[in-house]
Amino acid sequence: MNLPDGKENFGNEMPMAQKTEALPEIFLIGLNHVSAPVELRECLAFSTEQSETALGELKKSTAIKEILIISTCNRVEFLFTSLFPEEAVQTVIQRLSDTKAIPSHRFEPAMYIHSGNAAVRHVFRVAASLDSMIVGEPQILGQIKEAYRLAVNNKATGVVLNRMLHKAFSTAKRVRSETGIGDRAISISYAAVELAKKIFGSLDEKTVLLVGAGEMAELAVEHLHRNRASGNLYVANRTFEVGVDLARRFSGEAIRFEEIGASLTRADIIISSTGSPEYVISQGLVRPIMRKRRNRPLFFIDIAVPRDIDPDINRLENAYVYDIDDLQGVIEENISSRQNESVKAERIIDEGIIRFRRWYDSLDVVPTIKQIRGKLTTIAEAELAKTLPSMGQLSDEDVEALKKMVESIVNKSLHDPILFLKNPGAHRDKSLYIDVFRKIFNLEDD
Amino acid sequence: MIYLLIPIIGFYLTSSACYGVFLFIQKERCEQVGFALMIAGFAIHTVLVGGKALYFGIIPVQNFHETLLFSAWIFAAVFLAFKILSRLKVLGVFAAPLVTILSAAAFMVPDRAVEIETSLASLWLIVHVVLIFIGMAALSLAAGTGVLYLIQKRNIKSKKHRFFFKRLPSLEMLDSTGYTFVVIGFTALTTGLITGFVYAHTVWGRFWSWDPKEVWSAITWLIYAALLHERLMSRWRGNRAAILAIIGFAAMLFTFLGVNFLLEGHHDEFTRW
Repeated sequence: MNLPDGKENFGNEMPMAQKTEALPEIFLIGLNHVSAPVELRECLAFSTEQSETALGELKKSTAIKEILIISTCNRVEFLFTSLFPEEAVQTVIQRLSDTKAIPSHRFEPAMYIHSGNAAVRHVFRVAASLDSMIVGEPQILGQIKEAYRLAVNNKATGVVLNRMLHKAFSTAKRVRSETGIGDRAISISYAAVELAKKIFGSLDEKTVLLVGAGEMAELAVEHLHRNRASGNLYVANRTFEVGVDLARRFSGEAIRFEEIGASLTRADIIISSTGSPEYVISQGLVRPIMRKRRNRPLFFIDIAVPRDIDPDINRLENAYVYDIDDLQGVIEENISSRQNESVKAERIIDEGIIRFRRWYDSLDVVPTIKQIRGKLTTIAEAELAKTLPSMGQLSDEDVEALKKMVESIVNKSLHDPILFLKNPGAHRDKSLYIDVFRKIFNLEDD
Repeated sequence: MIYLLIPIIGFYLTSSACYGVFLFIQKERCEQVGFALMIAGFAIHTVLVGGKALYFGIIPVQNFHETLLFSAWIFAAVFLAFKILSRLKVLGVFAAPLVTILSAAAFMVPDRAVEIETSLASLWLIVHVVLIFIGMAALSLAAGTGVLYLIQKRNIKSKKHRFFFKRLPSLEMLDSTGYTFVVIGFTALTTGLITGFVYAHTVWGRFWSWDPKEVWSAITWLIYAALLHERLMSRWRGNRAAILAIIGFAAMLFTFLGVNFLLEGHHDEFTRW
């Protein structure tokens, strides 16, 4: 993934006004699958275009310095840094309300606000898929990278969020590689395949229909593929072209969304994961088809939230419907080992937060100045100590004079930079310059 | 002779126990031991039945004891033959106790000579009895798989994967095995009934005499015929097929025993003691 590195952003002028000396604090406001019902999340979800417009509007606000919008089917969240939190929160809520044309009192009760470490922790947990509906599902990291890319392209992030998101990505990768959290998603597709085997016996020659494209669904299809020697695959996607690409990958056949009904006479296993708010396949659609397919069993795997498959289909003879919750219920046995993995994941997250926090705190002017001065003084003293012995007989006064001279070179050459750091100008982002200084002088975060 | 039945029942009983353990712990070994014990029981059983047949020179269904003994032997034979051909191990859980119960019932019923008018030496009659029993054995196994199908279907539908989920095979396998049993059982039953008609014609000069056993046989036959018809029309699979196989089994059981005890007719001498 070609993500813009934090370094490349140094040149970006931060147009936000800032008049105080203090560092901006990090805030996160939003709602997710726990705090808000599906209907509300559906109403508030941002399209890419809406996100771009909102980013453009919000960064103009004097209260908000950096901003990022995360919108998936399970969450709508605004991550921002601000010196005037109340004003910033009001601005964000107003923007959300305006964009989606929903009065704010309808969604405000479902919202949570995190600040400081809690906000950092939340973002890290989301990126590591610990806050997901299906803990460990691989999709969320990509979605956050996408949200970040959008914010960067719109010049809405700055040094703090850049650093924070990069840390979130590396922490998420660590969680994935060092814990079994990701196995959970895999075990869901494993459970689905095991179930299919209990229904069909052999999966050979069984036809699979994939409705909608999503990483979880692809995982399940891949798993199915590995468990059968032969059989057709159909891919139905709202955007036909996406379906064609996916079908090619699994050497299947793309069909149009409208053809789903007709294809049910041939398909045996249906895996669905669309973002549709309504059922994509209703009981009324399946009932007449059962006769046409001479009552051969049909197995629906519904990975979508909200659900794609009418659960009433399960009442039809020879039709079986399993949604995400059902599959999760099937694999609950090894829950205790899962909890251990969660503890481990939370520890990795903690480490990530501590590292980020150290860096963030170092963005303060005073310690930075101290460290720069300390570094230069150390260098000067070392050089002096190297040079003095080769200078022959020097009196104590001479040595003292040389020391003074070196000290004042350090002080004088640092005078202007320090002055600039203390006050980079009314319309500049101080944290950005502090970060630049720290990088130039290669100062440790701690 | 009757004491030979004790080791037979012993073998069948331990075989059933092995299958029961197999169901719980799912160790292949238990199933193999159960199968071996079943064969041992069947070997002695064959000696007993064969000895009777040779001794009397007729098919040993002269009284209820012999009828039960003989049907148990056929059941065991059908199960063993099937077991060699199929991978459905769990069926022993159903078949072994059934054979045990039939043998034990034979043991409980005294082996007393009963005056019968029917000639048991007729080839038509021998074929009739053997085929009917083979049909019954296959159809009881069909009912057994039907029960297993319903349990497994319930497991999957209810989404609660209880005890049986892992232990039972796939729905498709249970369904197709049940279907195979019905086809075998129905074929044997039909041929058995036809030979019965032929025998009746040679003895009483008519094929059909509205005997209660005949009527109930016809009812049983019609149930299975309906099942197969619907199956071939491909409408009744799985659930309905399983339920119908169980209903058919109940009708068959009544035809076999109920009719003899509750109603009268020319078959009741086989169940007298």
